[in-house]
Amino acid sequence: MTRLPILKMVLAVIVLGAIQSVVLLQFDWFGDAASTAAGPIDTLMDVTIVLSSFIFAIVCVALGYALIKWRAKPGDEGDGLPIHGNTRLEIVWTIIPVIIVLALAGYSWAVLDDIEKTDSNALHVNAYAQQFAWTFGYPEDGNKWSEGELHVPVDRQVIFDLQAQDVIHSFWVPEWRIKKDAVPGLKTDVVVTPDKVGTYQLICAELCGIGHTTMRAKVVVESQADYDAWVKKQTTKVPELLLTTDQFKQEQLKKEEQSGGIEGSGVVEQ
Amino acid sequence: MAAAIRQPGWYRGALGALLGAAFGFGLVVALRAISGLDVFQTEQTGYPHVIVPLITTPFGFLFGFGAFDYWFRWAAGKPTVPEDHSGHGATKWQDYFRFNTDHKVIGTQYVVTTLFFFLIGGLLALLMRAELAQPGDQIVAANTFNGLFSTHAVVMIFLFIIPVFAGLANYVLPLMIGAPDMAFPRLNALSFWLLPMAGIIFLASFLAPGGSFDAGWTGYAPLSTGAPLGQSFFNIGVQFAGASSIATALNFLVTIITMRAPGMNLWRMPLLVWANLSTSLLVVGATPFIAGAQFMVFFDRILGMNFFNFLQGGDVISYQHIFWFYSHPAVYIMMLPGFGIISEIISTHARKPVFGYRLMALALIGIVVLSYSVWAHHMFVAGMFSWLRVPIMITTMLIAVPTGIKVFSWLGTLFYGKIHTYSTAMLFALAFIVTFTIGGISGVMLGMIPIDIHVSDTYFVVAHIHFVLFGGSVFTIFAGIYHWFPKMTGRMYDERLGRVHFWGTVVGTWFTFIPMHWIGMDGMPRRVADYATQYGDWNLLISVSAFVLGAVQLVFLYNMIVSWRFGPKAGDNPWRANSIEWLVSSPPPVFNFDEIPRVVGGPYEYGTPGARHAIMGGEDEGAEVPKTKPSTVAAPS
Ligand code: HEM
Ligand SMILES: [Cu+2]
Ligand SMILES: [Cu+2]
Repeated sequence: MTRLPILKMVLAVIVLGAIQSVVLLQFDWFGDAASTAAGPIDTLMDVTIVLSSFIFAIVCVALGYALIKWRAKPGDEGDGLPIHGNTRLEIVWTIIPVIIVLALAGYSWAVLDDIEKTDSNALHVNAYAQQFAWTFGYPEDGNKWSEGELHVPVDRQVIFDLQAQDVIHSFWVPEWRIKKDAVPGLKTDVVVTPDKVGTYQLICAELCGIGHTTMRAKVVVESQADYDAWVKKQTTKVPELLLTTDQFKQEQLKKEEQSGGIEGSGVVEQ
Repeated sequence: MAAAIRQPGWYRGALGALLGAAFGFGLVVALRAISGLDVFQTEQTGYPHVIVPLITTPFGFLFGFGAFDYWFRWAAGKPTVPEDHSGHGATKWQDYFRFNTDHKVIGTQYVVTTLFFFLIGGLLALLMRAELAQPGDQIVAANTFNGLFSTHAVVMIFLFIIPVFAGLANYVLPLMIGAPDMAFPRLNALSFWLLPMAGIIFLASFLAPGGSFDAGWTGYAPLSTGAPLGQSFFNIGVQFAGASSIATALNFLVTIITMRAPGMNLWRMPLLVWANLSTSLLVVGATPFIAGAQFMVFFDRILGMNFFNFLQGGDVISYQHIFWFYSHPAVYIMMLPGFGIISEIISTHARKPVFGYRLMALALIGIVVLSYSVWAHHMFVAGMFSWLRVPIMITTMLIAVPTGIKVFSWLGTLFYGKIHTYSTAMLFALAFIVTFTIGGISGVMLGMIPIDIHVSDTYFVVAHIHFVLFGGSVFTIFAGIYHWFPKMTGRMYDERLGRVHFWGTVVGTWFTFIPMHWIGMDGMPRRVADYATQYGDWNLLISVSAFVLGAVQLVFLYNMIVSWRFGPKAGDNPWRANSIEWLVSSPPPVFNFDEIPRVVGGPYEYGTPGARHAIMGGEDEGAEVPKTKPSTVAAPS
């Protein structure tokens, strides 16, 4: 039995894995970043991509080598070597993956704790989801209300309290890297610290009916001063029914008897 | 005519269906009239005069068709008709359209029927890809689009992938373990005939007012509890498909446990048998959960129960817990049988024993156990209790370990082998290893909560599921069909056309599903009929590739149909394989064996001169049984 050219194979894996990593890291996978969560998450993704590149390289090199080396000649009716296994090797390829995935899980856990840490002076904003539109309440500014357009100050943590009025929706701003479902009958929230001034799109990520595709809202991240000025300018207040649960329920029951929702209000554009 | 109607069969089946429909309809109308209600209730979640017949008609058909004749006679204490085996085996094509109890006929019925649904599911997908080729609304309205992806997924999952594996195993598994048939042939036949019922119900939902069910294959409440009538068709269809699945799994379990040929102990079972044992354990444990979940939605809809009605104290999220408690195991129900197929094919065509056979079997069992503990990784952003996320992340990522063991062991099997690549089956098996690895890697990424928070419900998930289901399951299905085609039909398929199909499928799969990772990570959500213009070019590429992928499947169908009729005779064992199904004629005789074979060694004794797996009855009594253990050579490290 020929010995395997282990060294050459390892080298091939390193070269192939390195090439893949370098090529893959050129792409800006998750797109623009605009929150403090984006940094750690993007790094986590990059680390995972590099690790995966090497694992994929192992598979490719092993398969390629076997196919080149042990392809049967035409007409060869013989059998391969009766190797049934190798306990040591099998232990290795059980234990090493366990270590890798546990390490990745630990790392992910650390990142998760990091991005979900809450500040005591965070700004609370309510996001109300309904078929097929988003509206927003600003409880710290006299329950001012905005429809289809969300404003938040930059560099300050915001906690969005999500409320769904009919079916499940999902609050997602890709540049912030955060997502959380708004679930009827349940209080959910999501933490984010926007760190880049700009205009983004809030996308509903959970199938919610006919208008799901266009259920979007504009997100404006601006300086604290601009934000304050904007809030002051707002005149409408959050409707009672969104605030009082009992009335909310009554309204729901009424709405259930009628049918259909509102047409999609957003636009699919960026 | 009167005689024809008394015999079980299509005439009596049609009559039964008619009576079933009339009974259901009449019952609703009569009861409502007596109660002083509107005879026809047409709230969109109601329609009892449609729903009840939807349940009674299939049963009426099955009664008429003869699915229950034997049991009813027995239960009623009548003399049972002595088994004359007239319902067994096939000598002419009409025999495939009867209530046939032969596992080989049933296996063929399954495979052909499910391939038909594969075609339908594929057409639905191409319609979606046509709409998505360009940004903007072109071909279908938004609500039709939601119906398309919902029915596409449901048809592919419940009527193609899950049952086609049951079909392949139905054909080969009893042969492989040296059994004359499955343990419960009549239950087996009933399992098959429940499937077309489910298929007709799913597709009939397109005729319902309000269109087909459109809340996704996941049917999350409360979207599903308030959806138009079509959703009820989904609720009911799943019951038929699920019952079929559970009955088959029970049948496999009993067959594998009690009907192995003498000498076939657990460690001599081919890995395909291990794989179906594991799958069946998942099916019997998990499938009742989706049946329950859909019944709860159904009752919320038509009986005004409030399981998921948050206004009446219902709990919306509990639907997802119950649903995924089935549907995560379901993804392995759709993968483990394929693992079994790949092990058989790689070992046969590399002329080598499967590397680390016992660990391969244990890895399957490990996946079964872990599968029950990872369901909530589909709910990381769903608003469930946050403490559950990290434990679920850890179990989820650990599942990659037994999966990795399988990949490495297949590669190990190739080393020091004599690898034959003339067979299309082997080509698909090799390509499967690579494509499936990508799907496994994206799975681990999805299991990492911070990454999943960003990419959940995006095209990245769509990419993942298609790499594991198309690049994974479907590749193994193709491999399996090519591999056992000569056994099932006695004829050889055309390898040249097989290669065209293979390369077209591989290239089509990669170009269709790889770009989906990228647009998903960049911000394109899933289940949308329209998207931001910046994704236009990628989507065009995806759509064009999807059409290539679709077109090349026609080559496969052509190859199968023409070769079945006109292919050259295949011989009993064209791949020179060891397992028992190859030691009988192609196609095998009605009761498989004249005399039950004796198993005398492991299933993959390639390379050990004189080693045998099984000795057929009829061979010399004195046929020598190798006494020596097959030599084991340690692989160099
Ligand atoms: C290494 C093994 C795997 C891991 C760690 C894994 C992990 C995951 C995770 C975390 C999700 C949820 C993503 C989300 O919705 O945010 C997911 C979705 C999914 N996976 Fe996997 N997966 C693996 C293998 C498989 C296999 C073998 C199959 C099927 C053959 C499969 C089929 C699916 C399907 C169908 C979905 C999407 C369900 C839906 O939302 O419609 N996965 N996977
Ligand atoms: Cu939505
Ligand atoms: Cu899962």
